[in-house]
Amino acid sequence: MHDGPPKATAAAAGLAAAQETKRQRIRLLIRAAGMLPVLLILCGGFHFLSEGRFFTGQNLGIVLQQAAVNTVLAAGMTFVILTGGIDLSVGSILAASAMAGLTLSKLPELGMLWLPAALLTGLGFGVINGALIALLRLPPFIVTLGSLTAVRGLARLLGADTTVFNPSIPYAFIGNGSLTLVPGVASIPWLSVIALLVILLSWLVLRRTVLGVHIYAVGGNESAARLAGIKVWAVLIFVYGVSGLFAGLGGAMQAARLYAANGLQLGQSYELDAITAVILGGTSFVGGIGSIWGTLVGALIIAVLSNGLILVGVSDIWQYVIKGLVIIGAVALDRYRLQGSART
Amino acid sequence: MNDPILEMRGVSKSFFGIKALRSVDLTVYAGEIHALMGENGAGKSTLMKILSGAYRPDPGGEIRIEGSPVRIEGPLGGRTAGISIIYQELSLAPNLSVAENIYLGREISRAGLLARGTMREGVGPILKRLGADFLPSTPVAQLSMGQRQLVEIARALHARSKILIMDEPTTALSAGESARLFALIRQLRSEGLAIIYISHRMDEVYALGDRVTVLRDGRLVGALDKQDIRADTIVRMMVGRDVSSFYKKDHDPEAGRGHPVLAAIDMADGQRVKGCSLTVHAGEVVGLAGLIGAGRTELAHLIIGAAPRTSGRIELEGRPVDIRTPGEALDIGVAYLTEDRKALGLFLDMSCLDNINLAVLGRDARIGYILDRDKARDRANRAFAALGIRAADINVTVGALSGGNQQKVLLSRLLATTPKVLILDEPTRGVDVGAKSEIYSIIDNLAKSGTAILVISSDLPEIIGICDRVVVMRAGHIAGEIERGATSPLNQEDIMALATGMEQLDA
Repeated sequence: MHDGPPKATAAAAGLAAAQETKRQRIRLLIRAAGMLPVLLILCGGFHFLSEGRFFTGQNLGIVLQQAAVNTVLAAGMTFVILTGGIDLSVGSILAASAMAGLTLSKLPELGMLWLPAALLTGLGFGVINGALIALLRLPPFIVTLGSLTAVRGLARLLGADTTVFNPSIPYAFIGNGSLTLVPGVASIPWLSVIALLVILLSWLVLRRTVLGVHIYAVGGNESAARLAGIKVWAVLIFVYGVSGLFAGLGGAMQAARLYAANGLQLGQSYELDAITAVILGGTSFVGGIGSIWGTLVGALIIAVLSNGLILVGVSDIWQYVIKGLVIIGAVALDRYRLQGSART
Repeated sequence: MNDPILEMRGVSKSFFGIKALRSVDLTVYAGEIHALMGENGAGKSTLMKILSGAYRPDPGGEIRIEGSPVRIEGPLGGRTAGISIIYQELSLAPNLSVAENIYLGREISRAGLLARGTMREGVGPILKRLGADFLPSTPVAQLSMGQRQLVEIARALHARSKILIMDEPTTALSAGESARLFALIRQLRSEGLAIIYISHRMDEVYALGDRVTVLRDGRLVGALDKQDIRADTIVRMMVGRDVSSFYKKDHDPEAGRGHPVLAAIDMADGQRVKGCSLTVHAGEVVGLAGLIGAGRTELAHLIIGAAPRTSGRIELEGRPVDIRTPGEALDIGVAYLTEDRKALGLFLDMSCLDNINLAVLGRDARIGYILDRDKARDRANRAFAALGIRAADINVTVGALSGGNQQKVLLSRLLATTPKVLILDEPTRGVDVGAKSEIYSIIDNLAKSGTAILVISSDLPEIIGICDRVVVMRAGHIAGEIERGATSPLNQEDIMALATGMEQLDA
């Protein structure tokens, strides 16, 4: 009835287990690499099509700078989507924060406080979103759809529906200066430095703190998280707070870059680019799976697409069409790629 | 004997080079109930998925239905070949009516419009034949689990299936519903259907099985005829070794019951639990028995603060405590193992490491909430060794493990909090025989080390095998309590009498 000595079966089982681990590792690697190959192919393709104008120091600087604000928003969005939620209000919060910051920056005594004011404005709106979602148990989509509109209105109110200028805004270097790495040779825009720091900070929180595990847990299985003693409400308020805070930071970055803000126009439909970056980065829309590095790659893909299409000379109208199709195609590719990893 | 209705010869299936099935044979005759047994991972589900058309077998094997070779391909392949599967997780759309579900995918339409009336009439005779007590127009969401199963069976009969596969059909059913299901299965057998019955529960296989086929590690171990069906034989075939003492109970509360650890007094939630009190002592294993729907799980949820209570209080080691959330319960040493580990317990996409450490991350963390990863790995590795969790390593996602190993991971999370009271809700549901036995000995060891344990179980042999005392619930009340005496062992009849209210009829 039993074929082969038990030792042989044990060895076979061991081998099977080792193979299983190896497969899991490869799977993880593929998942971790995610959209990186797509990004590299896009870069190479544009470099070729634009006859070598893509990989120049100057152009890469532009791409990084263009990606910066969206990267920051997408980082906050990653926290939210990891819990299975969504934050549609980041564009409006960005506008409101920029308006609040710029308005304050014009007051002579308080001008230096405009930066923390912008951040706190963002944080405040984010926490309100989170509290409505966590404490009143309202659906995230509805709550943030509401604040998308309401906060946009507040942003217009802040500047009496005009554009607020401040050519002498403090910390303007954030928006337009660069950090010199090698004098005269290499420098990196401060906007990009901030974006990278945000990514690193997000990684630290998500992967190295208790809170990070709790965020993944709430997204993976909210009921189980509650039974395991996790304060789900606190986690939810935190993630929406982070999303708001990063939107506030994005607003500050925009204000410093433009020396101006308009409550109506600034940050329009930025939430869509942020969500797109997160999804391109392989984060599951239902929560629980995803990484901040994927989000960074996703944000870069969007920036490279915009930049590359302009370099190649594609008209503004076709840029929309192509960007949309690339997003659908990339995610389709992702699904196809991950199909093999479905549990048997 | 007549010709077999289904013959599988040398059917194999491999996934990425790993053999899930190795040249398995299965022969099933019309008018028989054929039990298919094996531990989780033995290949039962793979075999069934081949029959349903979800998987394509490796080349080389052969499947014959009524003597002629068939190829079963695509999700409808099984049904076309006359095979229907009633899944563990029922595959009904709860928002649609009974008739719409039965006709799902084969709706009748007239001039492009759905002919609801015709469909309702069409399912009437089948529902009557099955003795259904609901209407074709009832939305499935309003039906009990047992009634939903009936809808699934009706759907199979409506598709004129000749072979019915039932995968652990009683997992979600109460004792009464199970009994009705058994009667129905026997009726279908007498009508000439072949039924392949997958179950972990020996009593069901005894009660129903005409023949038993046992699988282990993807191989056919053997097939038994009715007269040869014996529990020890089957267990030996499934496990590949003797399970000498299946239920393990070495701890001995007679030698001196510990002090009362958990006392729940007059607990009620205003709905399912109507004033229940119970006490669990240190080193004691108390069983909480009762029919499904008696309110056992609800009582456990009240104790750990997972549901709001309308009355009642809890004392822990003699001191009154106020537990408002499961988190507070864990903090003061009351841990609860949920009956539904996938929906309410585990994070299937997260690693064993994270799942095991989840409840103690904060306790272990270094300043500033930073994870102590060395401590976490160490804890997970120790849990793997202590509970015998079989997985490639601690970084494997929990969803990839078998039911028994998943349960041990969840148990490890609770044990990491070093609870004083452990409430285990159906601790061996969906767990294979080998792991069951291991879980019993873990429970036994915990009791020996002084943990107060409350086991909720619908598996009466299990309650009798491992508990010192049994509290029986009926319809939201404590119906009675039975103590294991030196000379009077616990028995199923006494428990069932209390659970069903039979003892009142006798009196």
